[in-house]
Amino acid sequence: MSSTTQTRASKFSLSMLINDTRYRSTTFQVIALIGLIFAMGYLVSNLLSNLADAGLNISWRFFGETAGYDINQMPIEYNNQMSHGRASLVGAVNTLIVAFLACVSATILGVVAGVLRLSNNWVVSKLMAIYVEAFRNVPVLIWILIIFLVMSNVLPQPREFRGDAAASSMWFDMVAFTNRGVYIPRLVLDDLGWVVFAAFGLSIIGVFAFRRYARNLLFNTGRLIPTFLPSIGILIIPTVLVYFALGSPIGLENPALKGFNFKGGLHLRLSLIALWFALAIYTGAFIAENVRAGIQAISYGQTEAAAALGMRPGRIMSLIILPQALRVIVPPLISQYLNITKNSSLAIAVGYMDITGTLGGITLNQTGRAIECILVLMLFYLVISLSISAIMNVYNNAMKLKER
Amino acid sequence: MKKTVFLGALTVAGLAAGLVSAGTLDDVKARGKLNCGVTTGVPGFAEPDANGVWQGFDVAVCRAVAAAVLGDNMAVEFVPTTGKTRFTALASGEIDLLARNTTWTMSRDVDLKFEFVGVNYYDGQGFMVPASLGVSSAAELDGATVCIQTGTTTELNLADFFRANGISYEPVPIETGSEAAQLFLAGSCDVYTTDRSALAAQRANFPNPDDYVVLPDVVSKEPLGPLVRHGDNDWGDIARWTLNALITAEELGVTSDNIAEMSAGTNNPEINRLLGSEGTLGEMLGLDAEWAKRAIMSGGNYGEVFESNIGAATNIGLSRGLNAQWKDGGLIYSPPFR
Amino acid sequence: MSDTPNIGFVRHEPIPPSAPPIQQAGMVKWMRENLFSNWINSILTILSIYFVAKIILASTPWMWNGVWTTSSLRECREVLQGTSGACWSVLAERWNQMLFGFKYPVEAYWRPTLAFVLLLVCIAPILFQKLPRNMLIFSAIYPFLAFWLIWGGTVLTPVVVAVSLIAGYLAFVKIERLTGFATGLLSGVVAVALVLYLGSFVTAALPEFIALEPVASRDMGGFMLNLILGTVCVSLSIPLGIILALGRQSNMPIIKGICVVFIEFIRGVPLITLLFVANVVLSYFFPPGTNLDLILRVIIMITLFSAAYIAEVIRGGLAALPRGQYEAADSLGLDYPQAMRLIILPQALKISIPGIVNVAVGLFKDTTLVSVISMFDLVGMIRGPISSSTAWTGIYWELYLFAILLFFVVCYGISQYSQWLERQLRTDHH
Repeated sequence: MSSTTQTRASKFSLSMLINDTRYRSTTFQVIALIGLIFAMGYLVSNLLSNLADAGLNISWRFFGETAGYDINQMPIEYNNQMSHGRASLVGAVNTLIVAFLACVSATILGVVAGVLRLSNNWVVSKLMAIYVEAFRNVPVLIWILIIFLVMSNVLPQPREFRGDAAASSMWFDMVAFTNRGVYIPRLVLDDLGWVVFAAFGLSIIGVFAFRRYARNLLFNTGRLIPTFLPSIGILIIPTVLVYFALGSPIGLENPALKGFNFKGGLHLRLSLIALWFALAIYTGAFIAENVRAGIQAISYGQTEAAAALGMRPGRIMSLIILPQALRVIVPPLISQYLNITKNSSLAIAVGYMDITGTLGGITLNQTGRAIECILVLMLFYLVISLSISAIMNVYNNAMKLKER
Repeated sequence: MKKTVFLGALTVAGLAAGLVSAGTLDDVKARGKLNCGVTTGVPGFAEPDANGVWQGFDVAVCRAVAAAVLGDNMAVEFVPTTGKTRFTALASGEIDLLARNTTWTMSRDVDLKFEFVGVNYYDGQGFMVPASLGVSSAAELDGATVCIQTGTTTELNLADFFRANGISYEPVPIETGSEAAQLFLAGSCDVYTTDRSALAAQRANFPNPDDYVVLPDVVSKEPLGPLVRHGDNDWGDIARWTLNALITAEELGVTSDNIAEMSAGTNNPEINRLLGSEGTLGEMLGLDAEWAKRAIMSGGNYGEVFESNIGAATNIGLSRGLNAQWKDGGLIYSPPFR
Repeated sequence: MSDTPNIGFVRHEPIPPSAPPIQQAGMVKWMRENLFSNWINSILTILSIYFVAKIILASTPWMWNGVWTTSSLRECREVLQGTSGACWSVLAERWNQMLFGFKYPVEAYWRPTLAFVLLLVCIAPILFQKLPRNMLIFSAIYPFLAFWLIWGGTVLTPVVVAVSLIAGYLAFVKIERLTGFATGLLSGVVAVALVLYLGSFVTAALPEFIALEPVASRDMGGFMLNLILGTVCVSLSIPLGIILALGRQSNMPIIKGICVVFIEFIRGVPLITLLFVANVVLSYFFPPGTNLDLILRVIIMITLFSAAYIAEVIRGGLAALPRGQYEAADSLGLDYPQAMRLIILPQALKISIPGIVNVAVGLFKDTTLVSVISMFDLVGMIRGPISSSTAWTGIYWELYLFAILLFFVVCYGISQYSQWLERQLRTDHH
């Protein structure tokens, strides 16, 4: 203590800035800050002088100007007289659609493949190993392009569905596989259609309530009541009853060949399918590895202990192993979701109109406002990534609390 | 503190900027090479041949400028650009001249700050369909799936055309011409739309060109021409008058065959001024007297360039049409050399 | 005892064990237990075998009947006469474009090939600790040799750079002994700059000294471009990643903040937007008049991208070190640079290697994205010049299978190495 006091009393010299631990960290930070400001200032000044040389400026007005181009997949209302901002919004929704579809399918695929890879069935586990290694080790862009090219070259053209002796036919008159995408029936809701959905939603809540009740019963009284069939009953019966009671308010609109293309129904475009499948299969391979690692991380003693208690293998997996493995699996799973969202920007390779295709593609080309467009594009992905990371942190914290 | 440093940095960089920006002509001469932006590959217009040497109608403009400025028509560095990158490449100085099928529009000229130095090809957007479709006019295309090469004015023209005719369509936007053509060939779209010259060029490359027809409809005006940055008028003049020299040479009957004897002097004063045996036009441009002679010798006059790259004798087989000399009823017209 | 009953036969040796029932032994048992243990397994097995058989039956004749010698897809179809068969001729004709791009001079193909082979030699001592350590000398020389081989020009350019780095290192060592890390580093940088400046006169004076034909960056293409981008960017991003990771672990709030913002920003955006930046925006940020070509701008952006990911891996390695290591370094009286250099980083980097290798594999696959910004890497060559040529329009399986094969071999090899290394590094005994 006394020596510190002495040092403080001694005269301040410049060398103390670097040699005295009390000042050193401040010195370094100030140097770093100045360096950063200089670097940024240098870059910004270069930008400004380059723009001035080219006679350009930074302006955001183009977001309000008429876009003038059409987008094929419009989840929200859009026409070519609306603004570039609206077109970007359509693209953003399209990004979210393909990312959501791919996340769901990749999870299913990954969990199935990961569990099957650990199966004691030799053929199945080897097949899954081949799937994982083959897809993990080849760029996803190649898979996207291959699925796109194969579908556009192998599937029939819409006009081959024409005529009495058509070369191709629809499945059950409802689904058509063409080289422009897949046409499936669409739900058409009457005025009361929402009631059916509401009933279905209530049924789902009902299933959870029932399961909770059954579990409490088991814990409190030891009575084990069947849950599987009653759950299915609760899920289906009320909805079906409501559906018929209201006189079938939900109909199906089937696609039909009219003119050049199929009309009606829902058109899953080739670009969407290629992107969706490729992302799902590629990321599924990574998720399978995460799932496998998660399951293997649970000590084998857990399985043996559960078996000693007389549990069946399926129950061991669902009640003992998976709940523990989830803690290991979920964090990398969420970062795979992050990767899917970012990789969905490869849409541009197959012409899927996501935000990279609208804002970063046609809008950029038409307005020439490269800096503005790319800045907004990056911010969009950044916001999505940060939100997903935030969810992951919440989950991690929640999981941490339960640890002893 | 922050602000002062920032302003200081700004000033320093600004001074540096003022010092280094010299004229494009000096840059090109110092470098010994012309950086010329072209497409990533449109047959007949700009495409590397089997040896990697760029050939084509747009390429010829680059070569002529290089011949005029540097005296060597091979002293060109070709930079392939896409619809997205071409304007930045030009604005940022990565290329000195953009000779890519770029449409001269007001917003590009005024808002994006470029200078179109002329028109080397009068084009229009058209449609190509399989002949088996039995379509004879674009107005019959209601509900069709249309493949578009993005990054051009094509999307906007297409949207306008279909809106004006009150019919619907399904756009399939594709980045590169070759992929769009592949989708069209596979039948993933009924129609392929882009500039008619590019349609003809790509059709010539198809396995069975006769199975496809280009519809007669022309839905837009597409004057294609080389462009340079705003603000360097000396350089713009060189590009503009090199193009005009090629056009004038055809008008005056100067060809790569007879140019050697004509440059010795003729009794047509305009030819003499063009080829430098009379007057000081080259000096005014900051070049020597024989600049135009070299430009014409690099690939011939406008008509020769046209015929050898995209003309009726090539497999692209475009006729002159609007691109005939004004005397023959076309729009190709050069201001006089005097 | 003596009146033993007279028995005709007494067995003196045990009966040889009879063979187990056929259902409990050998192949049958294995199949019963592994393939048909219950009905779900049986269905899965049969489905899998059916699926595999179907693929093999469909693809084998197609591959086997392939045509290798024609010059266009149409000729292939004529030769095949409607039977199933691949048109491998496209590979026979265009293999060089897919490997080297369409502008790299044909007579110089041996140069990148040699550089690639030497890359394996260079990287071996880094990857396998058992190899003789003096092979590392070659690893240090390799970057300069590879630069010379691939880009050509006079050998003096890489030599000058190497000499400047050596001079910088010597200056750093000398000055650091006397005054400390910061001044040592500064004098090192000054020495590098000085030698580079002087050396530039030498290279300018002797451009033909042991020169190879120079090849411009924009003439690189094909799989070579993927390899160049992958190796250059990963090697450049490791030092940057170490600095970022140390910055993020630092307890100086401003430095930590800068590193966190940078890392999270880069990791939050797709690589393709960074490539767009390289393609259309980056030139605006350089001083007017500078002109970096596209491949350099792309290298800058990919390096920044992978540095952020590698920083996170190394941060994991730093965090995994026991606290005692940091305290031990402090108690020895080492200052921060010494502690990091001598105690912390060697251990942290060692346990980070598998993670870094995984990032490298991911990055190598991501180099295919440059085809989106009109660079002609392997995928770019397939999508662009090859598919659009009249002769090969409409061909895709053969080309993409070739691409898949190349990427698979490289990535699978590296990831197998990484798994091997992980097993080697596992010092606990599970």
